[in-house]
Amino acid sequence: MASLLDHSAGGQTVGYSFSQSAAAPVKQHGFYPYTDNGGSTLGITGSDFAILAGDTRSTSGYNINSRMVPKVFKIGGDEETGEGAHIILSVVGFAADGNALKERLDSVVKMYKYQHGKSMSVSACAQRLSTILYGKRFFPYYVTAILAGLDEEGKGALYSYDPVGSYEREQCRAAGAAASLIMPFLDNQVNFKNQYIPGSGEGHALQAKKAEPLPRDHVQELVRDAFTSAVERHIEVGDHLQMLIATRDGIEEVFHPLKKD
Amino acid sequence: MDKLVAQYSRPAHQNEFYSEQEQQDLNESLPPLSLKFSMPPIDNSASFLRAMTDDHSNPSCPIKIAHGTTTLAFRFQGGIIVCTDSRATAGNWIASQTVKKVIPVSRLSRGEDKPSNDPTPGLLGTMAGGAADCQYWLRYLSQQCTLHEIRHKRRITVAAASKILANLTYAYKGYGLSMGTMLAGVTPQEGPALYYIDSDGTRLPGNLFCVGSGQTFAYGVLDANYKYEMSEQDALALGRRAILAAMHRDAYSGGFINLYHVKEEGWVHHGFDDMNPIFWKTKLDNGEFSNVTSEL
Repeated sequence: MASLLDHSAGGQTVGYSFSQSAAAPVKQHGFYPYTDNGGSTLGITGSDFAILAGDTRSTSGYNINSRMVPKVFKIGGDEETGEGAHIILSVVGFAADGNALKERLDSVVKMYKYQHGKSMSVSACAQRLSTILYGKRFFPYYVTAILAGLDEEGKGALYSYDPVGSYEREQCRAAGAAASLIMPFLDNQVNFKNQYIPGSGEGHALQAKKAEPLPRDHVQELVRDAFTSAVERHIEVGDHLQMLIATRDGIEEVFHPLKKD
Repeated sequence: MDKLVAQYSRPAHQNEFYSEQEQQDLNESLPPLSLKFSMPPIDNSASFLRAMTDDHSNPSCPIKIAHGTTTLAFRFQGGIIVCTDSRATAGNWIASQTVKKVIPVSRLSRGEDKPSNDPTPGLLGTMAGGAADCQYWLRYLSQQCTLHEIRHKRRITVAAASKILANLTYAYKGYGLSMGTMLAGVTPQEGPALYYIDSDGTRLPGNLFCVGSGQTFAYGVLDANYKYEMSEQDALALGRRAILAAMHRDAYSGGFINLYHVKEEGWVHHGFDDMNPIFWKTKLDNGEFSNVTSEL
């Protein structure tokens, strides 16, 4: 969960002319197997769909290495086309770890289908992903994952994770470099945090606005707004926006251009 | 021919009992503690983990693990009250305000909010410290408790369940786990029982525990007002009030108040409520928190 100031994982400080406190020198460790590849992901659910989105920029320090490295994947589908998949996964952080995690979850979901003759439910897949992440508790995957799909009732389901596998079902979640920019926007626009019904009372009697599932076209607009805004204020986010939308008819993929600077 | 005779002349009762392997499987109540965890390819894996994930000693560590915070549980004449906040932090970032820090440890319920208000049998565990550590090991404990129930045809005692967890944390001592958990339950053998278990391997029975960064604030309220003989209504209100105090004074605690009551028939959920309206109600109706003013 990188915030604005600690994205330089190597320990250099950015934007400050004074030195960091010398009293407690940071213990340097020779073994550093991670790179932060930047970027951001975001997921929102509705009554009969779930959207996972991510930008496609891949960075290393201040270098942009590629403008088309997707972070959102179909799980349990055909190797080439992704056909037949019903679960989507986004991973942000270290892309190599993210890829390894995606491959592992994908084979787990496929093996489940071969062994049980039915596709894995999203809730089962969510718990399995948690145990996969925890399996590397002492040598963690440097990733923040979000898993989405439709639950047993056909409602949108979204599960968010920390790097070692604690997880929770939520309505919306932003992860990665610009999480601290996007998440407050989502709290306000999806869960209606700090929104009140005008004229419903005075002072503490003012009624809070209740959150309810949003229609799909509205959610897609929110996702695009979140990313175009994040691109304006975060150097590691940009190039393209990739959106995967899980509905009862399968998974749709949509691309939108983002600024390339 | 001899072979055939030998095959059919084995006493019939031999097949009626469990094989040696099956007996061993039955006797072994726990699987061996094998390290199936992936380890970094270096000598000192614990210091590597600390350098990568410990944001307390190294605020610019790259992997920020979600941490839990104020939890409390106490025994009283009507059972056990369990109450927690709902905030998870990763460094200074509030990772979530809706964490369920009370985890049912039984195969009957995974903690989804039930429509009915009937008590659910089973134990409750609380989560403080590393969120993933608590979730994973309480899930493991839940599995072991279910197996115990199947093998012995009765529910596990809180003493036994807490010992499974304590033996586990003791076996992983020094690996960098971080958890402070309380197990609460009512069983026919023990009555209401409450245990504290942490990642150092500590296991303590007791009447009253608060765990997490806000524990001192919760202890302050609880110690001042706690009486074993108090009514169910008073006990629920006290649990809620102690967590409210901790949420108000501890920056790492906040969000929603999650309240449970464990009684003989099982546990009952008493709400997951936003702290803000409760805070203002407590202040304006009871005149508490008079240090806080509505005006600037």
